[in-house]
Amino acid sequence: MSADVSALEPQAKEILARYDQKQAAMLPLLHLVQEQVGYIPPEGEQWVSEKTGVAVVHVHEVVTFYTMYRTKAIGRCHLQVCTNLPCVLRGAESVLAYLKERLGIDVGQTTPDGKFTLSSVECLCACEIAPMAQVNDRYVGPLDRAAVDRLLEEGGHVL
Amino acid sequence: MSFEPVLSRRLGRAAGTWYDAYAADGGYEAAKKALTAMTPAQVIDEVTRANLRGLGGAGFPTGKKWSFIPKNSSKPVYLVVNADEGEPGTFKDRYLLERDPHAVIEGMLIAAYAISSHKAYIYIRGEYVEAYRRFCRAVEEARAHGWVGKGAQGVWDWEITVHRGAGAYICGEETALLTSLEGGKGFPRLKPPFPAISGLFASPTIVNNVETLAAVPPILRRGAAWFAGLGTPKQGGTRLFSVCGHVTTPGVYEAPVSVTLRSLIEQHAGGVRGGRALKAVIPGGISAKILTASEIDVAMDFDSLMAAGTMAGSGGVIVMDDTTCMVKALWTAAKFFAHESCGQCSPCREGTGWIFKVLTRVLHGQGRPQDLDVLLSAAGGMEGKTICVFADAAAWPVQSYIRKFRREFEQHIATGTCDLTRDYADAHH
Repeated sequence: MSADVSALEPQAKEILARYDQKQAAMLPLLHLVQEQVGYIPPEGEQWVSEKTGVAVVHVHEVVTFYTMYRTKAIGRCHLQVCTNLPCVLRGAESVLAYLKERLGIDVGQTTPDGKFTLSSVECLCACEIAPMAQVNDRYVGPLDRAAVDRLLEEGGHVL
Repeated sequence: MSFEPVLSRRLGRAAGTWYDAYAADGGYEAAKKALTAMTPAQVIDEVTRANLRGLGGAGFPTGKKWSFIPKNSSKPVYLVVNADEGEPGTFKDRYLLERDPHAVIEGMLIAAYAISSHKAYIYIRGEYVEAYRRFCRAVEEARAHGWVGKGAQGVWDWEITVHRGAGAYICGEETALLTSLEGGKGFPRLKPPFPAISGLFASPTIVNNVETLAAVPPILRRGAAWFAGLGTPKQGGTRLFSVCGHVTTPGVYEAPVSVTLRSLIEQHAGGVRGGRALKAVIPGGISAKILTASEIDVAMDFDSLMAAGTMAGSGGVIVMDDTTCMVKALWTAAKFFAHESCGQCSPCREGTGWIFKVLTRVLHGQGRPQDLDVLLSAAGGMEGKTICVFADAAAWPVQSYIRKFRREFEQHIATGTCDLTRDYADAHH
């Protein structure tokens, strides 16, 4: 793990150079750790603390404040289903129920084979394709049962 | 549409995104004019006379905001672009960032010149990965053509840092955005001091929305009078309206700011889906007070919607047809506010939690006769009592849904359910 983080030194240097003050590099450095490790471990918080000059306890506060940062590993394919009003008006709850049924897991859980993690999230601001979800980096929608079936087939191949 | 599009000219064309297409469309001519033939004061004057108002939702006059930057500041001046689009029902800034990024960059350059800023940050919401990638590519294109970097067009030194958020609705509030950009939790700050005096890194800062900046180049190209003439006497130009929910064709539609809500729904978005009856509309993002079907002949500019008791906000129109259970709709909004309260102020942190808890029992058939009073009292206890307007935004839906659809709430409490719950269980419950 610590070896993983030290490999990020060149990128960290580039990121820090973009900001007028080093503590402003907090969010991008945390994104960098998460991209590398898959989540933000205590060693990652320590490393970001050293880079930004911010106490590690405050780094931890930041990690836990924002929804995109994770402190635990998740599945290779992260399905984040929007359950805000515009998506609910167009059937998001049926989509979420179908996903739970197909994957055999509840919201917040990962399939035993480590392929899929299911989350429900607030508005992703893509209401024109409601009901929608974010699948890793990608926005997909509108979702119905057939679209969910296709998604799970593709997602099953995500490495 | 009977008018010539101002902000959406290139949104529909896949090839319209990149530098060559933008330049061929007259792109960067306005920036050239500003940098070579106008003083910063003349630029601010032009934007002021155009009656451009902040399209993130607050509607503050843009030129006036720019004029608040102290002259000859000893500290650096920052331009910060609020691309942390998060208001439920709104998606127009994503269209601009992904499909017309150069319009935003050109607007940024003109704004930076007008306020004497040499450093701009654009704060893009973390989930907008595609928008971030595309915007970064456009910045590099602009740099290669001499519009970004040292001595842009031989006149202006400036740099852009493209920054990603990490998932927090509150960071769309400008002072929370600044705290977040400085590396902290997204906690709003008390105003005054306003960002123009003490903003990013305690320096003079202007925070502008993406769409607001995209409107600046057309103003300089065609003149303040032309832009002002497209709108009302107090708000110039057009706006990108996001229309979603129960309409035939959800999407981003550009229209003069004086367009009526009825026209947006019926003409632009193809009407209510399946020819059903309209029940209610939220005109300006989930925080705006709800309107009933009989209230949609209102113009969409900031002042008309305020006079109608609601707000234009982010221009996100959420349409609900006659299958919608209003208890469920309000519960969904309350879930959002309870999730997104930053927790800094007690009335908001506790109030949003209580409202969600009470609405959850009403929705699930365990409501008590006094619950509507409890909800209205909790909402009243939040309004105007916190650092930022999030608490007010959380209170307004509670007050307006209960006032306009009280009978539905009472029925839910009395019988534990409603006809809509039974008839449209699959769609909504």
